[in-house]
Amino acid sequence: MIIDQISVFVENKAGRLAEITSVLKDNRIDIRALSIADTNDFGILRLIVNQPDKAVLALKSAGYTVSLTNVIAVGVEDRPGGLGDALKPLYDNGISVEYMYAFITPEDGTAFVILRVQDNEKAIEILRQNHIRIMQNEDICK
Amino acid sequence: MNRNNFYQKDIETLSRKDIDALQLERLKWVVSYCYENVPYYRQKLDGAGVKPEKIRQLSDIQYIPFTTKEDIRDTYPFGLFAQPMKKIVRIHASSGTTGKPTVVGYTRKDLDTWSDVVARLCVAAGATDEDIVQISFGYGLFTGALGLHYGLEKIGATVIPISSGNTEKQVMIMKDFGTTTLVSTPSYALYIGEVAREMGVDIHLQLGLLGSEGHTEEMREEVEAALGFFATDNYGMSELIGPGVSGECRLRCGLHFAEDHFLPEIIDSKTGERLEAGETGELVITTLTKEGFPMLRYRTKDITRLNYEPCACGRTHVRMDKVKGRSDDMLKIRGVNVFPTQIESVLMGIPHIGPHYQLIVTREGYMDALEVKVELTDADLLEHYPELKALQNDVHHRLKTVLGIESKVSLVEPKFLERFQGKAKRVVDLRNSKEAK
Repeated sequence: MIIDQISVFVENKAGRLAEITSVLKDNRIDIRALSIADTNDFGILRLIVNQPDKAVLALKSAGYTVSLTNVIAVGVEDRPGGLGDALKPLYDNGISVEYMYAFITPEDGTAFVILRVQDNEKAIEILRQNHIRIMQNEDICK
Repeated sequence: MNRNNFYQKDIETLSRKDIDALQLERLKWVVSYCYENVPYYRQKLDGAGVKPEKIRQLSDIQYIPFTTKEDIRDTYPFGLFAQPMKKIVRIHASSGTTGKPTVVGYTRKDLDTWSDVVARLCVAAGATDEDIVQISFGYGLFTGALGLHYGLEKIGATVIPISSGNTEKQVMIMKDFGTTTLVSTPSYALYIGEVAREMGVDIHLQLGLLGSEGHTEEMREEVEAALGFFATDNYGMSELIGPGVSGECRLRCGLHFAEDHFLPEIIDSKTGERLEAGETGELVITTLTKEGFPMLRYRTKDITRLNYEPCACGRTHVRMDKVKGRSDDMLKIRGVNVFPTQIESVLMGIPHIGPHYQLIVTREGYMDALEVKVELTDADLLEHYPELKALQNDVHHRLKTVLGIESKVSLVEPKFLERFQGKAKRVVDLRNSKEAK
């Protein structure tokens, strides 16, 4: 229902992303989705991985500032208007999205969207009522 | 354990009148001793037209020429020694960041004096013969480790001469041996604390004797919080004896000099003029009893202030404020005087960032630029991007308020700033290097 997302503080410097991904590789952790927000100085890397707890531990012991937060993943149809179907009911109910990112799976024409909102429970309830498919950890991490 | 003791109470509580009399007698001695035994001093005194007989009262010290680091360098290695090698039983040297090291020698009596003055400050800080002390200063030519070592042995404490480095082992020994007291630089103490936390080891220190690196009150609070002990500061330098010149008591309201062995003055570092008691300026010290390596009016370059009020702890010897900075540490950025300690004070008061920092000064075109790097340690801020920007702005704003100049604040990943096992080097001045833009 609720997916674990990892946030990592990254300096905007050559090689930092490569270092982080190599920490994950050394721990045999698979990245399912990622997004990065950045300014000139620093960025926040957000990751969905197959073993979040292990990834947090590995990154922390490598010296990174890391946090684990809950986000929602929804599956929408990969067609024009698919994303809007999911976002409109949230907007109608006064739930604002702080940030989101999407990725497409090769299999069944579904796009996964990671949503970060203030109130996960309420958002899930609304999405359910509107027959939006909520993804489980297993769907994403298989 | 009673931590409120004196080591040499009769000396430490002498009246001002008695201190003055003792100092005058010893000042006369050291001036004529230098004149008779060190040709370099004789030449300087003759050059200034000062014969030892000219010293009749304490203020006559003003006629004596200063001694500087350059004088020591010019006479490398043994030119300022006042005794032949036969009488010298120990040699120490401080690593010169530029050029040759500063070499100093001790007679047997000097070593005894040294361990006495260190014992005094350790007891004033609360150390007793029941303490188990880990000395995490680097041993070797550096005076810090052996200075504390002999002083602590003299009071009967159990000394573990572990030296610096191998931090996991430091933590293991701290736990297994039941260490109560740590001797280290503040920056290394912080690092030991970090490593202990990572290892998941509980340490039970009670006392920290921090030294060999200037630090602010705020930095001390960070170190105390990280290590869970009560910490005091002490002061000294190898040119004068090593640690033992002055140190804090439990009340921590200034560092008590050992005035029976050292005579401090405050001068204006530009004009060389003596300043009134209570004014801030460069500390100048004359050794009153040293035989191997006596020093006449040594310019320490440290900026501080003297307070002659007797302390509430009962000690009467003059107290100096914590060193505010070094006259040669002072950065002149866009014409404004900036002490790294000012920046440290600001940074230590800000949540979400770690105690480590680095200052980088560059020149862009004709303009100086200051970059302050701090470590983001609070992962909770990662959820809301604007909070990171707000933190950056907050640091920037507070620095501007205190320094009066703009700086660039960079949030960096923890542990990417260097950790120091000896003295921290936190200022990188690239203005005169090729790397400067």
